[in-house]
Amino acid sequence: MREAAVVSQPNPFQRIPGVAIVLVALIVLFGAIAPGFLSAANLSNVLVQSTILTMLALPMTLIIMTEGLDLSMGAVLTLTSLCVAIVSLATQSMLLGLCAGIAVGAAFGTINGWLVAILGIPPFVATLGTLGMAQGLSLIVSDGQSVVGIPHTVRDIYSATLLGIPVPIVMALVTYAAFHGLLYHTRFGSYVFALGGNREALRYAGLSPNRLLIAVYAIGGTMAGIAGLLMTARMNSGHPTAGLGLEFDAIAAVAVGGTSFERGNGWLLGTLLGVIAVGVLRNGLNLISMPSSVQVASVGVLVIVALFLDGLRSRA
Amino acid sequence: MTDITKDALSPPRSFLSQDAIQLFYRLLAVFLICAALAMLNDSFLSLGNILNVLRQASLTFFIASGLTLVVLTAGLDLSVGANVALSACVAGTVIHTTGSPTLGILTGLACGGIVGLLNGVMVTALRIPSFIATYGMLWVLNGLTYWYMAGETLHGFPAGFRQIGSGYLFGLPIPVYLLLVFLGIGTLFAQRTIWGQEIYAIGANPVAARLSGIPVARRLLLVYAVSGTMAGLASIIFLSRLNSAEADIGESLTLPAIAAVLIGGTSLFGGVGTVFGTFIGALILTLVLNGMNLLSVSANWQPLVTGIIVILAVWLDMKTRRRT
Repeated sequence: MREAAVVSQPNPFQRIPGVAIVLVALIVLFGAIAPGFLSAANLSNVLVQSTILTMLALPMTLIIMTEGLDLSMGAVLTLTSLCVAIVSLATQSMLLGLCAGIAVGAAFGTINGWLVAILGIPPFVATLGTLGMAQGLSLIVSDGQSVVGIPHTVRDIYSATLLGIPVPIVMALVTYAAFHGLLYHTRFGSYVFALGGNREALRYAGLSPNRLLIAVYAIGGTMAGIAGLLMTARMNSGHPTAGLGLEFDAIAAVAVGGTSFERGNGWLLGTLLGVIAVGVLRNGLNLISMPSSVQVASVGVLVIVALFLDGLRSRA
Repeated sequence: MTDITKDALSPPRSFLSQDAIQLFYRLLAVFLICAALAMLNDSFLSLGNILNVLRQASLTFFIASGLTLVVLTAGLDLSVGANVALSACVAGTVIHTTGSPTLGILTGLACGGIVGLLNGVMVTALRIPSFIATYGMLWVLNGLTYWYMAGETLHGFPAGFRQIGSGYLFGLPIPVYLLLVFLGIGTLFAQRTIWGQEIYAIGANPVAARLSGIPVARRLLLVYAVSGTMAGLASIIFLSRLNSAEADIGESLTLPAIAAVLIGGTSLFGGVGTVFGTFIGALILTLVLNGMNLLSVSANWQPLVTGIIVILAVWLDMKTRRRT
């Protein structure tokens, strides 16, 4: 397994078929059976609803590239969303709310990184533990109730447009550009590839893999903080269960997007297409009036199939 | 990796005494928690509360005992809680439609077992890492259960059936007897049968296990199926105790079960741990949560505390093993 982990930029053309076929197949399928699916309004709706997931799935790609996993992301998003709601309600300032959300998210991300890198706890158990902690804190700070009456400056973020493009989409595009630049055009990005592919090489190069790993998880927490603002804006309230389970959609998007769980290879554009595929699947099932439970089960099946195909590819 | 092989190679006697010391610490923890709670709250030592703790611990134990076998093979089953919910709802429907508790119990066990078997197939035949495969299964089961129940609640089961979860025999709750039975079976199976020992071997070193002729895939299938079946059993106890079933009953069960396994000293890296340890783990966790309850700490704090306990347990385990 280790031998196959070559530190190299992935060749996108090898992978485009996988995600693209899934995405095109889903679009054709729902275009045929779901009334109104292909309308401009609905397609733009799919994109706007995918923005929160984009902000989780991109850092999740980096984390999975390090042979890690962050199961706490959804619960941390819930907590940061509540922090945004509570702080912006108390101070009437959206900016302070966002800062609080980012601070809490970054703190949780750093704790995750610390548990994984310094204590050496397997990532899925470490982040399962912090999932419980974030979920508990969400219940404690909100007392199990919704936080309502937040200032309209927060809510407006979700519905505002910039040059005719909805602000959430602008934020998602900026995030994508930032991650693309970070992963493919900075030294840090090369280190992230090396974290999954060849950690020894980093040590020989005089770098601290632990510190890099903490940074990767901290980025994940920070992004959950920013996504928390969008979540609060979208719901126009803070809710103690708002984001639970979203990490699963993020993992699904990454898996469908062709990032491998075992070889330290990642592909950001694949993740973006994976996010849209998950969004299309959920939206399409919604249009043919399938309950959200069926959507959840379908995403689960999607992940298992994607991982199975990934396993086949790695053996081929 | 190196310390695991060292553990496996070290002579069995020192292995045992090491386990004995670990067990001693855990029993000490149980005693200290009990002493502290008895001092802080008068009602802790009341018979009713102690029976309540045992009954609660038995529920966690049923889920965690099957999970222990999975963790012994260096795997993980994140779907147990969702499995309990689905099995409970299916069993509840069968009892309602046929009126036969026996049929319902059998369906519940079968449903849990089949889900476990599917997990095993994903891990062995499809070679998906267990934590991801069972995590996918968690959401598939969640979706299925919510779709199946469509927001309904099943309640009102025959009195005889309800005895399983809430009845008493010679002053002790019936789940406690079941706990003793399954503690015995689990310990005998893991320590005294060839299959049990093969499970330890697979966890300690899967390659060596395969090379020495152990049918690794078949043992793994068995382990995941047992974990699922135990989740099915827990669903029956749950159903008869609560006298109702809803789609969301499993959501708060997985983390405590994993916590019980890890507190009990079973190593996440496989090959080390006992079913009895898991029982102690379930007892410690239940005592902590019960204590919080008695000291009127809001139930909202429970996931936070359980999460911290999970991380602490893994960390302590890794620390002690690195030193030996």
